Amino acid sequence: MSDFTQHLINGLAAGTIYALVALGYTMVYGVLKLINFAHGDVMMVGTFLGYVVAQKLGYEHQSSLWGVLVIFLAAMAGCAVLGFVIERFAYRPLRDKPRLTALITAIGISFTLSYGFQLDFGPLPGAAPRAFPEIITPREWLIIGDRAVVIWNWQVISLAIAIGLMLMLQGLVYRTRFGRAMRAVSFDHRTAALMGIPVDRIIALTFMLGSALAAGAGILYAIKDTAIQPLMGLYVGLKAFVAAVIGGIGNVPGAVVGGLLLGLVEEFVVGYSSSSWRDAVAFGFLIVVLLVRPGGLFGRVAAEKV
Amino acid sequence: MRSSSLAAVLTSCALALVGCEKKESAPSPASGGTAAAPAPGVTPGVSGDTILLGEVGSLTGSEATFGISTRNAIELAINEVNAAGGVKGKKIEIRVYDNQSKPEEAANAANRLINQDNVLLILGEVASTNSIAMATKAQPAKVPMISNASTNPKVTQIGDYIFRVCFIDPFQGYVMAKFAHDNLKINKVAVLRDLGSDYSQGLADVFERKFTEMGGKIVAGETYTKGSTDFRSQLTAIKRAAPDAIYIPGYYNDIGLIARQARELGITAKLMGGDGWDSEKLFELGGSAVEGSYFSNHYSPDDPNPRVQKFIASYKKAYGSVPDSLAALGYDAAMVAVDAIKRAPSFDRAAIRDAIAQTKNFHGVTGSITLDEKRNATKSAVVLEVEKGKTKYVDTIAP
Repeated sequence: MSDFTQHLINGLAAGTIYALVALGYTMVYGVLKLINFAHGDVMMVGTFLGYVVAQKLGYEHQSSLWGVLVIFLAAMAGCAVLGFVIERFAYRPLRDKPRLTALITAIGISFTLSYGFQLDFGPLPGAAPRAFPEIITPREWLIIGDRAVVIWNWQVISLAIAIGLMLMLQGLVYRTRFGRAMRAVSFDHRTAALMGIPVDRIIALTFMLGSALAAGAGILYAIKDTAIQPLMGLYVGLKAFVAAVIGGIGNVPGAVVGGLLLGLVEEFVVGYSSSSWRDAVAFGFLIVVLLVRPGGLFGRVAAEKV
Repeated sequence: MRSSSLAAVLTSCALALVGCEKKESAPSPASGGTAAAPAPGVTPGVSGDTILLGEVGSLTGSEATFGISTRNAIELAINEVNAAGGVKGKKIEIRVYDNQSKPEEAANAANRLINQDNVLLILGEVASTNSIAMATKAQPAKVPMISNASTNPKVTQIGDYIFRVCFIDPFQGYVMAKFAHDNLKINKVAVLRDLGSDYSQGLADVFERKFTEMGGKIVAGETYTKGSTDFRSQLTAIKRAAPDAIYIPGYYNDIGLIARQARELGITAKLMGGDGWDSEKLFELGGSAVEGSYFSNHYSPDDPNPRVQKFIASYKKAYGSVPDSLAALGYDAAMVAVDAIKRAPSFDRAAIRDAIAQTKNFHGVTGSITLDEKRNATKSAVVLEVEKGKTKYVDTIAP
């Protein structure tokens, strides 16, 4: 039983990060019908921003709630700017070109970031992995049984931050004018433009929002798994993309459910069968979901307009 | 619609042309390289007063610190040789290519060294998977290759032009099994291995076999894949088996995290590993979690041998850090190559190959190197313990 609890905690922790990254994929897909393969690498950049800020502010060995907040906000703001720049200069000029062009550009941006960051000059981090500072001093929050299960304070704080970010996004998408405009653009951007919605600005804002969420996910990831390196975005990005597709790409609650499901499925596969099956089962799960519901769990299958 | 299909046709034509071009141009330098030199002065790798050697290393990517320290040490060795007047009146030059820690890039880089740069011989790699990829290019072209630190047996089995200056996995697995059984006196061990790495698989297999033969028990076997940073699910499963120690023959970047997460989950078992642990990054990533762990290695910086201390001093002076064992092996690989070039009657690659094969009792930084008939080095291994963010020499285990 204590194993089960531990696996549940592990799976939830991994799943919330997949979910936060998946949200960015899904929102961008919603407004642009573009799979932004650079999204995982934006997360990586966010993590490194957090790393630099943490060091500059001297939060390396002492932690405070304000410090954590500053690191999160700085990383998220920095990535929002990065998201804006990527959209403005890499994707917007290709808006009217065939979709494949933008997709390949996305892969190009992804490689530019992940390999560019491995260079070793100026502020660039170089290829070797680094340890993210312990911005939350680890403390045992809850101990079950004879140390059979230990829940740490940072696990609780991370979960709270992740849920907070998701609720904020929910409010933004369903309760504000911007959210309504975003949903209108994702429904049909031509008609939205005719209704007076500034489509370009909405798309740019969506990119910034998704990138900021990715940065938040990146810091949570770094708090959890410590090592950060320029290629980290590829792996997490791929898994989060799978999560977004499982949930139904383009669907906001779907991304959260997909992320959590993927995290839990992976965890329990390793825990109760063999760890070699982890990725096979994760991707097998994707195939089964797509066979049963081609639009993903929450997605709608729209008839192709001719 | 029409324009895009036209573009597609054009692209595929262009691709086909590029494909043809490559096919045509590839064999000519290769055949030029392998055949005996038709005219004097065009011996591969030797021109005028320089000898050109090649190296492929992981300068970027997940195993970058291995590649960087190897390259530094090889540079150091070559600078020393050149400062002492070079070999047979010629200076040595080295061309280094990065493989991004990927086998397919390692194969490309080896091809480039062989076909474009026409090097005399190739040095590298650390990761066995990459060395195997390079060896499959070097062997058919009959270019001698010396791997500094790939310990998987398959590497030199690729052919008679492939050598190494380190011991092989069966030996390293045996060393830790013997150490766990005889020195630590434990008999319940869990094994956690990297599924995609020839190196990790090799060490884990031998460890499991030898440890069971000695009377120990393997209580859990789990795997992970390169790139993942969350090992909690595997570790939770291992915790259930309550082992005395966990054998993790992986690379430092994974080990640091595994150790942290194991301690976080409340696992107190000792951690053990192989030479892939040897990097200063292990202490940065693992922090206090790796304290008290043991791993087998090629050399110890504590070794009082003057040859070792001189190497450490000059490496420190040039690069500002204590050389890890990959650096020590890189230095030895370069020096074995230079020694062979000195002894060979000509600069012919076949003659160089024969000279390398005859290496006997070569006094390297990592011990006395003798290459056996399978082109592997026979030498002893050391066991190190992590103490206060440094390694401490514990024992030497002979073959």
